[in-house]
Amino acid sequence: MGALAEKKQGDLAARLAAMDAPARGGAWLEAARAEARARLMAMGLPAARDEYWRFTRPASLNAPTPEPAAPFDDGGEAPMFGEVERLRIVFTDGVFDAAASDPLELAGVEIETLEEAGSRDIHWARDLYGVLETRGHSPVERPFAALNTAFAGAGVVIRVTGRAARPVNLIYRHESDTSDAILHHLVKLEPGADLTLLENGPGAARLSKVLEVDLGAGARFHHVRTQGRDPERTAVTHVFARLAEGATFKSFTLTVNGRLTRNESFVELAGAGAVAHLAGAALGDGAELPFHHDDTVFVTHSAPECESRQVFKKVLRNGAVGVFQGKILVREGAQKTDGYQKSQALMLDDDSTFLAKPELEIYADDVACSHGSTSGAIDEEALFYLRSRGVPERQAANLLVLAFLADAIDEIEDAAIADDIRTRLEGWVKRHRG
Amino acid sequence: MLKISNLHVKLQEEDKEILKGVDLEVPAGAVHAIMGPNGSGKSTMSYVLAGREGYEVTEGSATLDGQDLLSMEPEERAAAGLFLAFQYPVEIPGVGNMTFLRTAVNAQRKARGEEELSAADFLRLVREKAKTLKIDADMLKRPVNVGFSGGEKKRNEILQMAMLEPKMCILDETDSGLDVDAMKLVSDGVNALRDEGRSFLVITHYQRLLDHIKPDVVHIMAAGRIIRSGGPELALEVEHNGYADILTETA
Repeated sequence: MGALAEKKQGDLAARLAAMDAPARGGAWLEAARAEARARLMAMGLPAARDEYWRFTRPASLNAPTPEPAAPFDDGGEAPMFGEVERLRIVFTDGVFDAAASDPLELAGVEIETLEEAGSRDIHWARDLYGVLETRGHSPVERPFAALNTAFAGAGVVIRVTGRAARPVNLIYRHESDTSDAILHHLVKLEPGADLTLLENGPGAARLSKVLEVDLGAGARFHHVRTQGRDPERTAVTHVFARLAEGATFKSFTLTVNGRLTRNESFVELAGAGAVAHLAGAALGDGAELPFHHDDTVFVTHSAPECESRQVFKKVLRNGAVGVFQGKILVREGAQKTDGYQKSQALMLDDDSTFLAKPELEIYADDVACSHGSTSGAIDEEALFYLRSRGVPERQAANLLVLAFLADAIDEIEDAAIADDIRTRLEGWVKRHRG
Repeated sequence: MLKISNLHVKLQEEDKEILKGVDLEVPAGAVHAIMGPNGSGKSTMSYVLAGREGYEVTEGSATLDGQDLLSMEPEERAAAGLFLAFQYPVEIPGVGNMTFLRTAVNAQRKARGEEELSAADFLRLVREKAKTLKIDADMLKRPVNVGFSGGEKKRNEILQMAMLEPKMCILDETDSGLDVDAMKLVSDGVNALRDEGRSFLVITHYQRLLDHIKPDVVHIMAAGRIIRSGGPELALEVEHNGYADILTETA
């Protein structure tokens, strides 16, 4: 065994030694866990020398115990998505909180906790749990996703047969300074079904989360998440999605604060005419605590006439670090692919870092793919123009920060939710920057 | 209203003097025009008055109603009543034109200790002013100046002026890039704002704008100085003979 493999195995052994096995599930869940564990054992944990971890140090995610992180006091702000009629499902430090949740009943939707579904001998979740995750390791291994599948004890499984009457809102509360949460959710949309999934909150001192999304033909899935403002927490999240013919997947993530966040998305456009949009807005200030945010996105076009769009924006200052690794893979036969990728950073000072690795890999000859990655400071011309109209410098700069994020936020389909996010951001930016 | 005395300005980066002792006074209610060859310092003067960075005032003063403009931040100058219609209005992607207008109007009201305009009052006002400038709802919704034609950008400048109701308006080559119809529209917009309490300084290369916006006084600027001042006939003289005669005369 080489030194690198030895290090990866050593880190994994130390991590596993500190972990508790989740409550025993039914046969299918235990089989899936065992399989994931075997895959994990073959991979080991990520190492700083792995190409996929070149820009983000995995040490704090590998560590047997999380760095302590205090929950953030938002001063009694109105709850995120509070204005939306929604079904609330609450997890506190990674544990399903039935008392704080709404009854898991929604027209057009079957919802169960992972524990419930896992305890049955026969369940549709069997064909999805760990299945998309397994497909997501090629060409790049994602050990934290396998670890998640092997050890997750909580989550929800959602199957939508029609149009969900209301959005489902997964709320992640963080109360313990030392919580180390592992959540795994499944979402299956039958052909033509429609669901909006909202997620908010940090979840834990250290959070590992996997979301597997299987979209049937013509299904529509909208996903909006905000990762909470706890400045000390760390998180590694994975979204694995597979889209059948004509399906639509739209995902937007807002991240404000966080010592370390690695959001990985792995989306496969498997049926003709499918559409996937992924967007993210991250704001980080490294003045008091480190801020490191990593968006790692892999979109695969396996079928013709699909459209994918990536729009990721970061606002950085005081030593904050932003990372974007985004790839569009167009397989042979995926003709008429329309692939687009944009990653941009707005640097509010000279101390911050933006690392971007945009990639296109194309094996079809009739496609339109483009990518652009930029980083820059606030536009002085625009700033002067605003000031010359009487807008004070700080306010003008804040307006330009929000303007920079606008096209990521525009990816949110629901206008009311988009407005809510804009208003909150405005408040946060204003309060933070004065 | 506006009083400029012996103003000397150099470019910070190049140590190059652009304005070499400008003296100019625009009384309340007056319309003054400044003409002059390229590179004479006309635009530099408008930027220096508005407070753009990159210039260093080495000597002289500029006051608005007795207030020292040069010691104020750009936003303070605006709140004091100064407005510069840009030669090249800036595009701001991501900021809606309406948001921009409302933010500016309310920021100035706040700076002057006035109450902010209610959303309804603001909307009524902006619609009324936009209509006379033929600015449609779509232009109000779009991001500031993004994808606007040259004429639309200039009309948008005049709309901002109409909304902000400044005391001292500087128009920097507002006629550049305008066709005859757009020039008339923009001029009508400016003329509608003429008032005994409001002054204008119109910077232009061409006499034709001054057919629409009739000046009380015309100044000729060359090599960083006002070299001649006179009535509207001075603009006609330039139009017929060019600057050569005037430059020779005063050399």
